[in-house]
Amino acid sequence: MNKTGKVFLWAAVAVLGAIAVAVVAVHRGEPINALWLVAAATCCYALGYRFYSRFIATKVLALDALRATPAERLENGRDFLVTNKWVVFGHHFAAIAGPGPLVGPVLAAQFGYLPGTLWVLAGAVFAGCVQDFVILLFSVRRDGKSLTEMAKEEIGRVGGIVAYAAVIAILVILLAVAALIVVNALKDSPWGTFTIAMTIPIALLMGLYLRRVRPGKVLEVSVLGFILVLLAIWGGQWASQNPTMAQIFTLRAPTLALLIIVYGFAASAVPVWLLLAPRDYLSTFVKLGTIGLLAIGIVALHPTLHMPALTRFIDGTGPVFAGKIFPFAFITIACGAISGFHSLISSGTTPKLIARETETRMVGYGAMMCESAVAVMAIIAACSMQPGVYFAINSPAGVVGQSAAAATATISNWGFAVTPADMQALARAVGEQTLFNRTGGAPAFAVGMARIFSQSLGGDRVMALWYHFAVMFEALFILTVLDAGTRVARFMIQDALGHIYKPLGRTSWYPSILATSALIVATWGYFLWQGVKDPLGGINSLWPLFGIANQLLATVALCVATTIIVKTHRAKYAAVTLVPLAWLVAATFTASWHKVFDPSPRIGFLAQANVLAAGPATTASAKLIFNNRLDAAVTALLVVMVALVLIESGRQWIGVLRGRGDIRVKESPFVMTRLAQEQR
Amino acid sequence: MRSIITVLRIMLATLREIFDEAAYARFLSRSKLASSAKAYAAFRHEFEEAKTRRPKCC
Repeated sequence: MNKTGKVFLWAAVAVLGAIAVAVVAVHRGEPINALWLVAAATCCYALGYRFYSRFIATKVLALDALRATPAERLENGRDFLVTNKWVVFGHHFAAIAGPGPLVGPVLAAQFGYLPGTLWVLAGAVFAGCVQDFVILLFSVRRDGKSLTEMAKEEIGRVGGIVAYAAVIAILVILLAVAALIVVNALKDSPWGTFTIAMTIPIALLMGLYLRRVRPGKVLEVSVLGFILVLLAIWGGQWASQNPTMAQIFTLRAPTLALLIIVYGFAASAVPVWLLLAPRDYLSTFVKLGTIGLLAIGIVALHPTLHMPALTRFIDGTGPVFAGKIFPFAFITIACGAISGFHSLISSGTTPKLIARETETRMVGYGAMMCESAVAVMAIIAACSMQPGVYFAINSPAGVVGQSAAAATATISNWGFAVTPADMQALARAVGEQTLFNRTGGAPAFAVGMARIFSQSLGGDRVMALWYHFAVMFEALFILTVLDAGTRVARFMIQDALGHIYKPLGRTSWYPSILATSALIVATWGYFLWQGVKDPLGGINSLWPLFGIANQLLATVALCVATTIIVKTHRAKYAAVTLVPLAWLVAATFTASWHKVFDPSPRIGFLAQANVLAAGPATTASAKLIFNNRLDAAVTALLVVMVALVLIESGRQWIGVLRGRGDIRVKESPFVMTRLAQEQR
Repeated sequence: MRSIITVLRIMLATLREIFDEAAYARFLSRSKLASSAKAYAAFRHEFEEAKTRRPKCC
């Protein structure tokens, strides 16, 4: 295409994008079609990638195609390996795509479809994609070093320690929240519980098959595992209808929580090949397939969004979680817009596979765009439901009332019509006894996804199968995050303890494995138990805590990035990372302040503790008071630590700009690539 | 037709990389071993620590 043609093409994309965003933002009253969201997202991503990421690549980072990457210089056939860019892209996307971009947008849909959509689009293009891209490139230029190592080298010891502590805190809270989502999706659901329980013997079978029958044939065994999982979903229907089986698999939340805690410990302590690796493969297989299928389903069905653009809950009185749009929408939706956790992946495996610096743009910026697109799909799935149904599923009994009549009356009074008969019919259609009080976002997303799938394929009579397929899909990769995360946290603790007593650092020493596994499982298990026992549903306190921890890690990552940009004499472009950093600091610090000190007991941890303390003193209330104070202390500690990193970074920037600071960056020296010479 | 084959090849290569089949093939070639239960156990032993240290995002 010639230059004029390209100008016209991009002008057309910009005009279409502007119209679509305007329709999404300005339209009120009648429901709009989901295709407007799809068009807005596609155009924003295309423009962001073509223009903004190119500006960052050429002006800010000055990507050098002639500079040898660690994959080439340190190639060892294991960690460091020159790899095709599309393969690295797939690998990176599979690692960053977790349940976060599905759950966060579903929870934030209580504000309406508009806040979540705008934050996902703007957040991804100007913050999340930028963070993943720059951290990936800086890690590539430092032999694939991790974020904590880069923070230590570029900002100072404080940066390294805070990054380490933030990672541990995020892992613990993430694991508790992930487990709570699974508990809420499976409680009183014999069908779902049976299906998920069956994935354990299926994973064990896959592990044995891989080890003994067909060594290394992972794709083959994943297909086999997937077929067995489909049979387990079908079998779940039988289990739910058989009185004996239904009784065995109908479990209450506390029982499920205990089972998951025991499972987490076992998954951390048993050999990887037996359970963790096969489940990871199975989960990745299902995840990639389902996300692709959902994208096709949304475009084919292009559902209408019944949720209004903005709901009355922007005032902070929302039933799903309490708090106003600012700052709570921005910490509730993390992975779809910006997630600090991604900086760990961008400075983990991926930089060791990149063949050329220029490919970091596609892998870092591009993969995060795809993740953001998954978040848009989650918004569509949640907002295409009738709002009354959405609130009936996602509201805790402590807010809307214990009985079906009370809950529907409360929700209808808010202006979102729903009746007990509607909810009963929906529960019957998806093969559940009830859908009330299913907090956590996963069941609501499963209902939305089942509706899209069943209307595209099979009709209402297969909605129950699709619903349980969706529950299985979410629970499977949440459990994968749970067992992989427990292991990662275990290794990190072992590394730290190894400095105190050497044998504790040995990852093959069983007393150390058992002790550190128990420590990490007990820590996230404590928060899980706290969530299960919380009268407000647990998500109200744990999800914001997770969002705060995750966004604080993004703050550390952006501090590292800004410091490197300033040190490399590109301070005039520092706004690229400084603006998202300022926004994150504003949102996260405000959210933390509210969560600790807000006078409303539904928002502030201390206020809730005070209300409980003023009531009748019981064992349960004493525990709840302690939990609220603990949550407040954890939040405050995280904020203080990140504030220290900010101060330390600010001192570095001012020093460099005044010509007094240390301007040395810890990049590996330039080595000319062989790959370019070979291609000549 | 050639471009379709190229796309399919890249997709298969991506899947083989994500599912560690390519890593196992590299291990076999590096260690000059034939695929067997013993070789796969050795691969997993070498690979496990690095693999399980990788964080997976939320």
